Amino acid sequence: MTKDSTKTPAATTRRGALKTLAAGAGAASLPLWARYAQAQTSEPIRIGFQVHRTGIGAAYGRWYDRTTMAAAQLINESGGINGRMVEIVAEDDGTDPKRGAEVVEKFASQHNCDVGFGTLFSHVVIGSAPRAGELKLPYFVVSEGHHVASGMLNRYTLQPGITDVKSQVQAMAPFVSQNLGKKVTMIFPDFAFGHDHRDYFTAAIEAQGGEVLEHIAIPPTETTFTKYFPKIPRDTEVIYHVMVGPAVLTFVKELGEFFGPSRPEMFGFIDSLEAVDIASPGLEFLEGSYFWEGNPRYAQADQSEYDKLYRAAVGVDANGASVSDPKDISTYAHMFGCWETLHVIKAGMEASGYAGPGDRAKLIEAVESMTDMPHSIAHPQGAKLFNGKTHQVFGHQYISKVEGGKLVLQHTTSIEDTLYPDEVDYTTQPL
Amino acid sequence: MDLGPYILLATLEGSVTAAVLALTAIGLSLVFGVMRVVNVAHGEFFMLGAVLAWWVAHMVGAHPALGFAAALVVAPVLVGLVAVAADMTVLKRVDYDPERTIVATIGMLYIIQQITLMTYGPDARPVEPPFNSRLAIPWFEYSENGFQMYWPWGLSTTSYKLAVIAAAAVVLVGVWLLMARTKIGLLMRATQLDREMALAFGIPVERVYAIVFGIGAGLAALAAVLIVPIQQAHYLMGGDPLLLSFIVVIIGGLGSLPGTVIAAVLIGLSDGIISVFFSPTLAKILATLLVALVLVFRPEGLFGVKSR
Repeated sequence: MTKDSTKTPAATTRRGALKTLAAGAGAASLPLWARYAQAQTSEPIRIGFQVHRTGIGAAYGRWYDRTTMAAAQLINESGGINGRMVEIVAEDDGTDPKRGAEVVEKFASQHNCDVGFGTLFSHVVIGSAPRAGELKLPYFVVSEGHHVASGMLNRYTLQPGITDVKSQVQAMAPFVSQNLGKKVTMIFPDFAFGHDHRDYFTAAIEAQGGEVLEHIAIPPTETTFTKYFPKIPRDTEVIYHVMVGPAVLTFVKELGEFFGPSRPEMFGFIDSLEAVDIASPGLEFLEGSYFWEGNPRYAQADQSEYDKLYRAAVGVDANGASVSDPKDISTYAHMFGCWETLHVIKAGMEASGYAGPGDRAKLIEAVESMTDMPHSIAHPQGAKLFNGKTHQVFGHQYISKVEGGKLVLQHTTSIEDTLYPDEVDYTTQPL
Repeated sequence: MDLGPYILLATLEGSVTAAVLALTAIGLSLVFGVMRVVNVAHGEFFMLGAVLAWWVAHMVGAHPALGFAAALVVAPVLVGLVAVAADMTVLKRVDYDPERTIVATIGMLYIIQQITLMTYGPDARPVEPPFNSRLAIPWFEYSENGFQMYWPWGLSTTSYKLAVIAAAAVVLVGVWLLMARTKIGLLMRATQLDREMALAFGIPVERVYAIVFGIGAGLAALAAVLIVPIQQAHYLMGGDPLLLSFIVVIIGGLGSLPGTVIAAVLIGLSDGIISVFFSPTLAKILATLLVALVLVFRPEGLFGVKSR
């Protein structure tokens, strides 16, 4: 940055304006924050938002960004956190683990952020979390990976806004084996997230008396897929597919071209089609196939009022597309995690009387002590149960069927279906 | 899947790769052969072709075939013009010095990639193919009832994929005719053989260079337009074609057109077949190993001419 000598000292600065705004908001909610008056500052709470703006996670990043901004706006409109405004400091990590660690570092030492938040792709989380732990920066990921609950990371990394793959696939296996078939071939991306699917679904379907005939791992940067499909065994009853990256549309299209009119049953994770229009040409073969959805993309007949509010706040129409561009399909099954995580951060900061970076340990303890999260505007996807020991949240999962080119909800699992024994107790680690 | 249908499918997939690769690599080979410039930005011209194809098809909007046909003409021409401009403003200024052109084209790579990211964005966007029907392929097996025809599961291709192979073949023949039968081809070959002598004979070498650089980039763009209905346009899609083109050009012999085509078919088919039977990573390992062997035992490439 260069110094601008022509600038008049009386000019309104951005920080000055924010201070005034925050002070105004603080004054408006006087009785709420008066309890913490001795530690109170008028600085905004700065939330470092690690966003996949470029690289293979860009489509998710765009919608994680919109959801985060909408949630921050809602929180600010209702008085901020402890009377202080929330400021989102977004930084692109290029969906790259090395860059991710640098971004975390910038949050802690350069941007003076209170917490870090928002990472999705599991390899970026695994690359960034150790740095967050070293810097003692509370790091709230929105990633789905099992790496948080598996004990691989550290006490400063939490996943309170989105469920993990292990619990998701465990809840899917009974549905797949009872309704679709017992001989499964799995197609998944060849990195941590895909390996979670491989390991936990294989175990879960075997527990249901089924078996996985073949595991087909595909690099997430791959652009053509037909060459992988001949490995699908002839006696496969169900194709279980999950894919990520910029080429997901090609993946699903080529799957359809491969099978032609005689496809087996299909069960996919909506990741294979996030940010892709189900009505795209070449995807007609998906009619009648099933998808896991983290949150139903199409507004369902029994849509909750919270989903309605959330959808409107983020700017998503009833078909899961942007209200301003019906071709811009959201990553609806995942992005609610940003909204819910921000609300958990807010609840944690309020419970711990968070006043500044000195209270980071108190914030971690406050979130760890959370358990039930009722279905509300803070949790529009559904009720959740947080496990403070494993730092992982558990929630309902949705199974939808493609009917008439739309995803129609067929089955909602209970939270109990998704639980598994603890694998770690982070609370025993020092803060 | 049985072995026979398996190999047929792998060959079909490999042929599509080979067709597109041949076009991309021939552009790279042409630029190196005539100008002695190692164009590191070649993959980005490929990507630019795909992105412009999306843009043109999106603008035209009407029937997919119309948008695609427009893209087939407009994208390579635009990319060619960009390349000509880059040649005149950058490469000419560094006197086509081998080391400095490498650095300059690396710079171009980043400039093109970042401008695309800033304007087109980080999304992968599809272009609709002008036609695309699934063609199931029958197979024959010998059983107690004699030869029988049956339709193996998954053995199919699409009409568009076959069209890509055909189109690439036509373009390659066109490039050969251009080089062997036209005046500009003669000028290019003369410049390739001896730059000084060509200058002495009054050949406008700098103009030939600009045209060659434009044609090279245009060929990469054309390959991208052909592949974009199968894959999708994305700002990072230039990396793989660049790497594979270099592999092909080194194996085939820098500057040798027939060598480049044969190496492209070899790499494309082996990539298809090895990927299907083993793994795509093994296919890349073997291709790189082949490059190493060629460099050790036949540094001029399989079809290259020994330098004098």
